[in-house]
Amino acid sequence: MNKEKVVLIGNGMAGIRTLEEIIKREPNRFQFTVFGAEPHPNYNRILLSSVLQGDSSVSDIVLNDYDWYERNQIELFTGDAVVRVDCRKKEVWSASGIKRTYDRLIFATGSDPFMLPLPGAEKEGVIAFRNIADCESMINAAKSYQKAVVIGGGLLGLEAARGLLNLKMDVDVIHIADHLMDRQLDSDAGKMLKAELEQQGMQFHLNKKTVKINGHKRVKGISFSDQTSIKADLVVMAVGIRPNVQLAKQSGLKVNQAIVVNDYMETSEEDVYAVGECAEHRGIVYGLVAPLYEQGKVLAEHICTNTSNEVSGYKGSIVSTKLKVSGINVFSAGAFRDQDETKSIRIHDEFAGVYKKLVVKNNQVVGAVLFGDTNDANRILSLIRSGEDISAISKAALFPSETNDSSPSVVATMADEETICGCNGVSKGEIVCAIKEQGLSTVAEIRQCTNASRSCGGCKPEVAELLALTTGTDIMAKPEPLCGCTELTHEAVVASIREMGLSYVREVMSVLGWKSEEGCSKCRPALNYYLGLISPLDYTDDAHSRFVNERVHANIQKDGTFSVVPRMYGGVTNPEQLRKIADVAEKYNVPLLKVTGGQRIDLLGVEKEKLPNVWRDLGMRSGYAYGKTLRTVKTCVGEDFCRFGTQDSVSLGIEIEKKYEGLNTPHKVKMAVSACPRNCAESGIKDVGIVGVEGAWEIYVGGNGGVDLRSAELLCKVATNEEVMETISAFLQYYREQATYLERTSHWIERVGLESIKKVIFDDSIERAALIERMEMALSRHKDPWTEIVESEEKQQQLFEKKKIAVKQGGGM
Amino acid sequence: MAFVEAGRKVFVANRNELAVGLGKKVEIEGRELALFMQEDGSVRILDNKCPHKGGPLSEGIVSGNYVYCPLHDWKICMKTGSAQGGDQGNVACFTVEVEGDDIYVFI
Repeated sequence: MNKEKVVLIGNGMAGIRTLEEIIKREPNRFQFTVFGAEPHPNYNRILLSSVLQGDSSVSDIVLNDYDWYERNQIELFTGDAVVRVDCRKKEVWSASGIKRTYDRLIFATGSDPFMLPLPGAEKEGVIAFRNIADCESMINAAKSYQKAVVIGGGLLGLEAARGLLNLKMDVDVIHIADHLMDRQLDSDAGKMLKAELEQQGMQFHLNKKTVKINGHKRVKGISFSDQTSIKADLVVMAVGIRPNVQLAKQSGLKVNQAIVVNDYMETSEEDVYAVGECAEHRGIVYGLVAPLYEQGKVLAEHICTNTSNEVSGYKGSIVSTKLKVSGINVFSAGAFRDQDETKSIRIHDEFAGVYKKLVVKNNQVVGAVLFGDTNDANRILSLIRSGEDISAISKAALFPSETNDSSPSVVATMADEETICGCNGVSKGEIVCAIKEQGLSTVAEIRQCTNASRSCGGCKPEVAELLALTTGTDIMAKPEPLCGCTELTHEAVVASIREMGLSYVREVMSVLGWKSEEGCSKCRPALNYYLGLISPLDYTDDAHSRFVNERVHANIQKDGTFSVVPRMYGGVTNPEQLRKIADVAEKYNVPLLKVTGGQRIDLLGVEKEKLPNVWRDLGMRSGYAYGKTLRTVKTCVGEDFCRFGTQDSVSLGIEIEKKYEGLNTPHKVKMAVSACPRNCAESGIKDVGIVGVEGAWEIYVGGNGGVDLRSAELLCKVATNEEVMETISAFLQYYREQATYLERTSHWIERVGLESIKKVIFDDSIERAALIERMEMALSRHKDPWTEIVESEEKQQQLFEKKKIAVKQGGGM
Repeated sequence: MAFVEAGRKVFVANRNELAVGLGKKVEIEGRELALFMQEDGSVRILDNKCPHKGGPLSEGIVSGNYVYCPLHDWKICMKTGSAQGGDQGNVACFTVEVEGDDIYVFI
């Protein structure tokens, strides 16, 4: 039987959400074709600002990757816009000439940024902020230019401006009104926002009308109506969006500001629908994500049930906004402006920078603005939605966060259909269901199962509260448990292991009442680490609880092959080692030889069964480039060769690397030794970084060059190599004992504070000596894993053997 | 469920080649299978390919009836082959027969 054909024009959030909703209801009934003008799979446009601000990468904001389209057998054309629709013949054509017929056609063409028609707007360096390409061009411009101007002080303009600041540009924001975000905020909140953003480094020009963009080929500046002008190397226009309706108009659909739809998202043409920013419902065009998702749901229901009267239809949405600029909490909802027939309730604390306003009409809340503290946002949104008479409600109940009373919970009073996560359109009912049916116990699990709080994360408190309400535990008051298998925290588990003298992974699970008998990939490696930490001399490492890298002592790559990194202490090598590495690479056809960031040589693409032979032939020790342990000690060339070097950084680096090699730590540990403050070994972004100065070594800790880039902090300054070693021992052992498994030193230090660490390792001489002693004990157990494996046939057979079976023709054996 | 219909019966391994808690990779006519022995002695055989990005499941951490893919930590049920939690997808499971210490797969 032929499946019904659904063609979707537009690969954005609204359209794809509609398909998701349809597939949820009818997984096999339809055959889908999607045309998208952008060359990407469906991504989360509202998080573009976080890509620009450096908090996410493009791949982080992809909502549905290519696999998803494939899994659901959706035919996808990216970078290919639809150019013609024939509603009579039910056909669509794309720019590249592809033709598809449809039974049902969905317009989800979204909107385009509105470009002010200024003289000079076509110049190089004048862009919008709307898609990934815009993001990329801003990032590129920041590499060669300094001065950015954003036209538009609304939500998008301010998010773009924050991103440009993060890219180290000077940022001026031009706004035509007298306060920022005038579509969402009243003037009081707008002024507070301006002050906060000025502190972050933005410069504002309010009440300014841009009249001209100056420059020859590329933009040089802009001029205003008051005859003034400013310089600019990059101009970002963020003055609004305009529904993309050209195709709909050409196709004969009824269009006002946008494509006109009824309560079932039906357009004026039969079997043709529109959702999202290109649709106009009851005279309103929505430009926010939550309403688009609500529309998608209604349309999916309509398409799946086929009859309009079975579904209730779309009644319009109450919109609310949050600004996604770090450190600033802004929320606005509904009709927030004061009018003649409205009264308002305000709290304005200029000391704390908090402003809250509820707009009330006929005893019902119709709008709100919150600045500085947005904890009451959901409570207020639900009041607006329910239209509850508030004359009898106390102020404390209107602003629960203003009091410490345990006022009735907002999520408790919400209806099951109400949305908790606006980004992903997840309702309260769906979350509660998932918690109950799948026995979820952490916010992270809920995120994984339902997508709630997966995008902007703003609803995390509500998700946590819902979890607490549903499971009856107070999870807000309680830190996250070690994993989904237990209610206990890392600290509680470690304390129990110590007190009860537990000695095996399985024993810990059964004594401490694990929910699943066998544990999971989170708790097992953690328990294995804690047991080894507590009894370094007696505990036998549980290889089954180790991630494959640490089990086979090589790094797994995306194609299932492994990489081998031989140890080169301090990054120093010699002709013999290099020759050996070259010979092995040749003998085993290693596809890629690469120098790592930690000054070692990586042999990439080795098949697992060849690993023992590769190691045997190398005859070098393991570089531990795969483990939760000391990785490398990077060094600069130091005093022997460098004209600035004040100390022998190479020798000290080698000494450190030899001493701490193979130490188990909560997470990977990277170190470096630089011989002068020029810091060629990058000591400032290492877990432990040593910097030589005239007559002394400075020790820095807690640096991180990875995702959460962080500068190391100065721990102390010491005179001798012995003191360096002692300090590292005390610091690392304290980190080993106090940090939770998988917590980098940078996160640990931020959690407990450097001062508290200094107090223990410098002020308490007894504890310092004890830490150093326990470190020596842990180090005494180290054996090179490669030597062990090369010598053990049993290990080779169990872990590395590749078994191949030839089947005789004719079947059976 | 994603069980592959039984075809030929093929000997894949002797029980003593397997260790509880460690997957074993076996190649049959170019197809990679992942073998897992449970504590009760039963054996599960799946395609050695995570439904997500094809990660080798035989290298994953095994917890009871589940294996965690070593590439991106997807949790796969060895009984049904289906991905757990919010992840969606299936890996093919094969019918297994154990005779004494000999393990056969229907492929």
